[in-house]
Amino acid sequence: MYETNYHRASSIDDAVAQFAKGTDSKFLSGGQTLLPVMKQRLAAPSDVIDVAKIKDMIGIDVSGDTVTIKAATPHYDVAQSDAVKKAIPALASLASEIGDPAVRYRGTIGGSLANNDPAADYPAAVLALGATIKTNKRSIAAEDFFKGLFSTALEDGEIITAVSFPVPAKAGYAKFPNPASRFALTGVFVAKTKAGDVRVAATGASQSGVMRVGPIEQALKANWAASALDSVTIAASGLLADIHGSADYRANLVKVMGQRAVTAAG
Amino acid sequence: MGVEGIGARVVRKEDRRFITGQGRYVDDVKMVGMSYAHFIRSPHAHAKVKGINSTEAMKMPGVIAVLTGQQIVDDKVGNLICGWAITSKDGSPMKMGAWPAMAPETVRFVGQAVAVVIAETKNQAKDAAEAVVVDYEELPAVADVRAAIKSGAPQLHPEAPGNIVYDWHIGDEAAVGDAFSKAANVVTLELTNNRLVPNAMEPRAAVAHYDQAEEHYTLYTTSQNPHVARLVLSAFYNIAPEHKLRVIAPDVGGGFGSKIYIYPEEMVALWASKKVNRPVKWTGDRSEAFLTDAHGRDHVSKAEMAFDKDNKILGLRVKTHANFGAYMSLFSSAVPTYLYATLLSGQYVIPAIYAEVIGVYTNTTPVDAYRGAGRPEASYLLERMMETAARQLKVDPTELRKKNFINQFPYQTPVIMAYDIGDFHASIDAAMKAIDYAGFAARKAKAKADGKLRGIGVSCYIEACGIAPSKAVGSLGAGVGLWESAEIRVNPVGTIEVLPGSHSHGQGHETTFCQIIAERLGVPISQVSIVHGDTDKVQFGMGTYGSRSIAVGGAAIVKAMEKVEAKAKKIAAHALEASESDIVIENGEFKVTGTDKAIALPMVALAAYTAHNLPDGMEPGLKETAFYDPTNFTFPAGAYICELEVDPGTGKTSFVNFVAADDFGRLINPMIVEGQVHGGLAQGIGQALLEGAVYDDTGQLVTASFMDYTMPRADDLPSFQLSHTTTLCPGNPLGVKGCGEAGAIGASAAVINAITDAIGNNKLEMPATPDRVWHAIHG
Repeated sequence: MYETNYHRASSIDDAVAQFAKGTDSKFLSGGQTLLPVMKQRLAAPSDVIDVAKIKDMIGIDVSGDTVTIKAATPHYDVAQSDAVKKAIPALASLASEIGDPAVRYRGTIGGSLANNDPAADYPAAVLALGATIKTNKRSIAAEDFFKGLFSTALEDGEIITAVSFPVPAKAGYAKFPNPASRFALTGVFVAKTKAGDVRVAATGASQSGVMRVGPIEQALKANWAASALDSVTIAASGLLADIHGSADYRANLVKVMGQRAVTAAG
Repeated sequence: MGVEGIGARVVRKEDRRFITGQGRYVDDVKMVGMSYAHFIRSPHAHAKVKGINSTEAMKMPGVIAVLTGQQIVDDKVGNLICGWAITSKDGSPMKMGAWPAMAPETVRFVGQAVAVVIAETKNQAKDAAEAVVVDYEELPAVADVRAAIKSGAPQLHPEAPGNIVYDWHIGDEAAVGDAFSKAANVVTLELTNNRLVPNAMEPRAAVAHYDQAEEHYTLYTTSQNPHVARLVLSAFYNIAPEHKLRVIAPDVGGGFGSKIYIYPEEMVALWASKKVNRPVKWTGDRSEAFLTDAHGRDHVSKAEMAFDKDNKILGLRVKTHANFGAYMSLFSSAVPTYLYATLLSGQYVIPAIYAEVIGVYTNTTPVDAYRGAGRPEASYLLERMMETAARQLKVDPTELRKKNFINQFPYQTPVIMAYDIGDFHASIDAAMKAIDYAGFAARKAKAKADGKLRGIGVSCYIEACGIAPSKAVGSLGAGVGLWESAEIRVNPVGTIEVLPGSHSHGQGHETTFCQIIAERLGVPISQVSIVHGDTDKVQFGMGTYGSRSIAVGGAAIVKAMEKVEAKAKKIAAHALEASESDIVIENGEFKVTGTDKAIALPMVALAAYTAHNLPDGMEPGLKETAFYDPTNFTFPAGAYICELEVDPGTGKTSFVNFVAADDFGRLINPMIVEGQVHGGLAQGIGQALLEGAVYDDTGQLVTASFMDYTMPRADDLPSFQLSHTTTLCPGNPLGVKGCGEAGAIGASAAVINAITDAIGNNKLEMPATPDRVWHAIHG
């Protein structure tokens, strides 16, 4: 690791101020990506602003039809939250399957979304549930937030402070883990909104990062059942291909994980 | 004898320090004035090194030296050696290119070192390494063994035209031709044995110290065989004569073969410690381990087996291309020849065998022995063949095996090995019973109703362990003898120190070797200590690999103990005024048989050292040494059966059951044996389902971290059902055969046989990833 200046921010405003002082600052939350990359000397931020201890950024609130998870809340807390389990059980279940226990104790929802790893789990839930990403400056709709691999709508120095999820009528998540990294080789989140709309998002599959899956949405709108996807074909074009899964294999996983997500959603 | 003797499930003595974080590893060694080494490694698989400019690096904080490959050549440090000479079928010796410890002119694999920075801290060394400018001229590279032998392929070494190190054969080609001409059925099989990265938990490390006044070197190193390291460093690399070089292998966190070899980094650390006149530490990181620890396996083979009309095997023909990587590592040449093709008879009567092995250079990390070393490759080929044959001949795979089992011992195979003893029917019967083989068809039908594809796969392995009779391996080209030594010191108050020539890096020697002493003397193991891994303490030893430590090293301990006991009995008889022949040893006492007269071991020991009242002419002291050279290999064997389900939607394999019935001869500590089998099975299953080193066409290692190289995790593995059938090895005094490699040798074929049975498609290579299995199902 190259030498860097570490700051533990006391508030969101303090974090923003500290960020502005550095020549090449980075926000640090759970550190599940940034720290390994720094250890390998692949990143060399001048300043690291730790936001994980800011009190205003930790916690879960469920009110009415909205679940709000503050950005520095670790995955473990989401997985264990009775309120989340009751309101959006698929979200608690997703959080319980991220990485391993050590990752879940440190990794945070805000960090995951800001990093937008194409194989991360949370982006699928955010996109399928039509969540809103709240920052220190504005609110960003899920559709507008994800901008491709490791790229988001966040501006330099902008901090995610919370994510608000509308409570769906039904939702489910099914992931097929990469055998080596245990990230999602493909994960599919299906949601039926209380208004009756169906939104489906897949992570790990596309060369453009998390994506909506139109053919599955159409089929589930007509018939909310796993068997409704039997005749669906997912195109392999535009999907990722690597030593762990070819594009046609991932296309198959989008469909099969979609079916299992529907089954999980009930 | 006693609760801690042979056969007792004694808790491992060494685990107290390991599980409380108090192990003493190389990286724990700190010396006054210690400096740190960081290697500059080639990012290219094949390139000319046109120049190295360290001007800016030398100005950086803390930098002591930047040393290059040319300097190590100028100082006449020897090239790395390959210690086993193989002769090609045309009578020519194997063709090897030079392997300098750091490349002065040409790099031939990604990660090969070209220079080293020595600095006050590790980070300063890393910082400076980034400022060293290496001018490379890239050359075309080849990573795949099949591509490397094509005409027009990039050439690695001028000494080895066509990239061929040797074209070797064994067996009787004409007899095999006859067998095939008479065959009622011929079964053919093409398969790949995937390349593996050893990934010992502890990366390699070295701390080197040069004492200018004494002109003496000390090397702390992660070695499975510190004496062999000293021998090679002295005799071949010209670092220092043996009496001026102490090699210490303290606690070592796993080896699996990869820590047998004497690598460039350890050599450079020693050489550099004199150059800079400072102790030098190098601790490899995981990325360096992926790129520079010798890899394992990497064969491409074609096999044909001939059967008569009664399904008896008539002959076997095998052609294997072995990928050696860019250089010939220490024992690499022996792995696909004498450790592989000599096991191609398996557990079967095969009247005629002929095998050709072509060893090939590629622009990849060097390949050498890895847990099993050649024997997993042989076992995988043969057991995939038996399963394939059973399907083609439409007979039950267990019946086909039983029909062809060797039943009479000793049995001379057509490929050198003479099996001393075994009972292959006992092993397969035990495994079939354990897994309820007869009930499989019903279970498969039920699984099908649940939408799952269920399969069962058998693997009957045999291995040659207890490596090895020195004269025999010498006649086959080995540069060393493979005996083992032991020294037993009975101290004046009766405690005992055993100094074996082997070295424990996970095997539990500190417990099992004590149990041998406890068995013979009836003393608690707390009175016995094992002293190993230091060339200043242990006079000589050949080290630990090839499941040899108990079969060869244990026998040396027994031989030394026989000498100790003989002298002690003389002392006891003298003290008790009895006849030496009437003295028996029980519960730590020397007794006159049939009487209540006895003298305890501490009194005998004290008498030996006070020497006040010894028999006339007896030398004082109670310390003996023995060397044991085995007369044959040992032949552990067994049967593994795996039952699993494949999810047709994802191609994911889930284990239902995995049973192992092994014959290791006598078990010293069944708990430790089970641990060894568990670990071996994990590696065998890892090879079958998860692990595989992948290079791209330019020679870049794609699987260079745990993000892409799938190490087996606990939840990838089933709970194993282990059992043992026993035939005692007649070749050594303990009746032991060795157990360290069996799981890795036998497991992979069982898994692939089960998956191919489940999916009804025999075309499936390892690792059988979900992607590959799904494609095998769906095309």
